Amino acid sequence: MSGPVAPPSKAVLAKLTPVLTKRWPSPDAWRRRAYEQLDGYRALRKAITAHPDDLIQLIKDSGLRGRGGAGFPTGMKWGFIPQNDGKPHYLVVNADEGEPGTCKDLPLMTHDPHSLVEGAIIASYAIRAHRAYIYVRGEAVNAARRLRNAVSEAYEAGYLGKNILDSGFDLDLVVHSGSGAYICGEETALLDSLEGFRGQPRLRPPFPATHGLYACPTVVNNVGTIASVPYIVLGGADWWRKMGTEKSSGPMIYSLSGRVVNPGQYECSMGITLRELIELAGGMLPGHQLRFWTPGGSSTPLLTADHTDVPLDFESVAAAGSMLGTTATQIFSDQDCPVYATYRWLDFYHHESCGKCTPCREGSYWMVKTFRRILSGHGTHEDLDTLLDTCDNILGRSFCALGDGATSPVTSSLAYFKQDYLDYIEGRVAPKLSGKQLVGAH
Amino acid sequence: MGFGEETLVRAKEIIARFPDGKSRSALLPMLHLVQSEEGYVSPDGIGFCAETLGLTRAEVGAVATFYTMYKRRPTGDWLVSVCTNTMCDVLGGGRVFEMLSEYLDAGHDETTADGKITLEHAECLAACDYGPVMTVNYEFFDKVDVETSLGVVTQLQEGIRPAPTRGARLCTLKEMSLQLAGFPDDREGAIADGVAGDPTLRGNRLAEEHGVTLPDFDPDPPIVKPKETR
Repeated sequence: MSGPVAPPSKAVLAKLTPVLTKRWPSPDAWRRRAYEQLDGYRALRKAITAHPDDLIQLIKDSGLRGRGGAGFPTGMKWGFIPQNDGKPHYLVVNADEGEPGTCKDLPLMTHDPHSLVEGAIIASYAIRAHRAYIYVRGEAVNAARRLRNAVSEAYEAGYLGKNILDSGFDLDLVVHSGSGAYICGEETALLDSLEGFRGQPRLRPPFPATHGLYACPTVVNNVGTIASVPYIVLGGADWWRKMGTEKSSGPMIYSLSGRVVNPGQYECSMGITLRELIELAGGMLPGHQLRFWTPGGSSTPLLTADHTDVPLDFESVAAAGSMLGTTATQIFSDQDCPVYATYRWLDFYHHESCGKCTPCREGSYWMVKTFRRILSGHGTHEDLDTLLDTCDNILGRSFCALGDGATSPVTSSLAYFKQDYLDYIEGRVAPKLSGKQLVGAH
Repeated sequence: MGFGEETLVRAKEIIARFPDGKSRSALLPMLHLVQSEEGYVSPDGIGFCAETLGLTRAEVGAVATFYTMYKRRPTGDWLVSVCTNTMCDVLGGGRVFEMLSEYLDAGHDETTADGKITLEHAECLAACDYGPVMTVNYEFFDKVDVETSLGVVTQLQEGIRPAPTRGARLCTLKEMSLQLAGFPDDREGAIADGVAGDPTLRGNRLAEEHGVTLPDFDPDPPIVKPKETR
C-alpha cells in the first residue's frame, strides 16, 4: 500500500463508531455540567436502582472484553469476586498507559474524565467495593489534573462519598499518580506499587479476584474497559453487540501512528482491518510503502504488508500469529529499518525490566548488546541463532508478560525480515550505529 | 533541609487516602511530596518518609530508586524529556535528543551547568499520534524537530515559559511534583488549559463530516432482560 488514496469509501466510513470518543470534540466535556448535558451520570442513575448481580450479568451479556491488551471477559472477572465474604472489595483502574504505540487512554481521561469516574462508580457498585483507585501513569499529568478535578466535582454533586444519590451506597475514589515504571501496567505489579512497594509482579495464583489489593478481592480493569460500562448500561447489551464481532464485541479505539497521512484516534467497530484504517487515515504518506506494523503495541508480534486484510479482533489477529493487544497500530514503511526498530524496542524492555526474574532481566540485557553489534556492522551469523535461543529462554519462562513481550519484535522481525539482518551482517548496508554507541557490546 | 509543619500536614492528608493500617500505600505520593520541596529525593527526604510511615530508610530507598520519576540528584526547574522510543525515534526524536544534548552539554539524566535544565530521554510517552514528542515537566510539545525543540529550550534559558502544544501552562518541576503527590492544581484556569489536538479528534471529525451515526442507540432498555428473551 502506498500514496494518498481517495476519500474513504462509504462502507469503510460506516465502520466508525464514536461511542467512547463522542464527547472529545466538546471543549468543556471535562466539566461536570457539560458532561451531564451530554448524557453524563444518566447511566449511574439507572444502574444504582438495579441489583448489582444484574449489572454483572449485563456486562457478561454484552461480551465486553478488557481493553488493556489481554481481552479477558470483563463480566466474568467481576463475577469472580466472592460475595458476602466479609472482606473489603476494591476496584483499581489501570491507567498506567505506557505500552509503546498506545495512546488511547490519555486522551479519554483528558477530554472525558467523568466517563471514567462514572464507570468506576457503577463497577464498584456492581462488585460491592467501597474504595476505588485510579492508578494513573505519573507522566500523564494533564490527564491526572482533569481526573482529580472530575473526582472532586463528583463528590460535590453527590456521585461519590456517602449515600450516593440516596441509594445507601458509599464509595471513595482516589486518583493515584505512578512514578515512571512501565511494569506497573502489569496488574499485580500495579497492586504492589499501590501498596507502596517496588512495582514487581506477584506470583499467580492466587489471582487479584481473591487476593488483590491488601490481599482482598480486587478487580483491576483498564481505562477503556471501565469507560465502556456507562454506555452498556444505557444502550444495553444487545446494542453493544451490534458493533464488533461475535466474540469481540463493541467499539474499539484504534490508535494510528507513523507513516500515514493523518495519524490519530479512530474508534471503530472491532474487526476493522489495517487496510481500512489506513484508508480512514488518508493513506500512507507520499513516497512511503507499508512494510511492517504492530497490531497492538510493541509487545504484539510485528505483521507485514501481507496482513492488511486481517480483521483486527482478538481471534483473527491471534490466528495471524500476533495479538490484538491495545490496538495501537504503529505503521512503518519501506524507509524504516525493522532491525533498528526492534533494537529500540528491546532497549525499552531492557530499561523497563523490573529485575525480578533472570530470563527477562539478563535476556533483554544481552539481546540489546547483540543488536548493537549487528547494527554497527560487527554482527555474525551466529548472533541470529543466539537471539532466537535467548528468546526461547525468555518466552514462557519469565515471571510476567513483560519478558514475553520483549521477544515479540525479535522473533517476528527475524521471521519476516531476516534478510535485513543479513544485510548488516554481510556488509551490504551501512552500519546504523557508530563505534561510540558500542561500548560494552563485545 | 528539614521538613516543616506544612509537609507533615500534607503527608497526613496523603495517608488518609488509604484504609487504616495501610499507610505504606502513601509512600509513592510522599516521595513526590518531598521532591516537591527539594527538587529531588534527598537523603533527608528519604528519612522524612521513613519516619512518617514507620519504615526503615532502606525500605524507602529501595522504592525511591526503582522509579524513574524520582530524581536522585538535584534537578533543574525544567525537566526536558525527549521520547526516543521506536516510533518517535524513527520520526526524528533521536536526532532531537542528540542535538539538545550537544547544545545543553548534558547527557541523559544530567543537568546544565547553571542548574536550570535537566535533560533525559524518555520511553514511550503515550502520544505516538503526535510524534515525535517531548515534554517539559511532563507537559507535551508535539511534533517537534531540531528547530522547534531548540526554540523551546532557548526560551526556558531566557526565563520565558513557552506554551505547551497541549496541556496546561508550565509550572516548575517542584510545583508539578506537588500535583503528582495528588494535590489539585490551584492555578486559576490551569485545568481548562489546552484543547484536543487534531490527531485526537480525527476519527470523530471524519464521522461528523460524513454523517456517520451510531446505529439504534436507545438509552432506556431495562438492565434486566425480560424473562422470555433471556
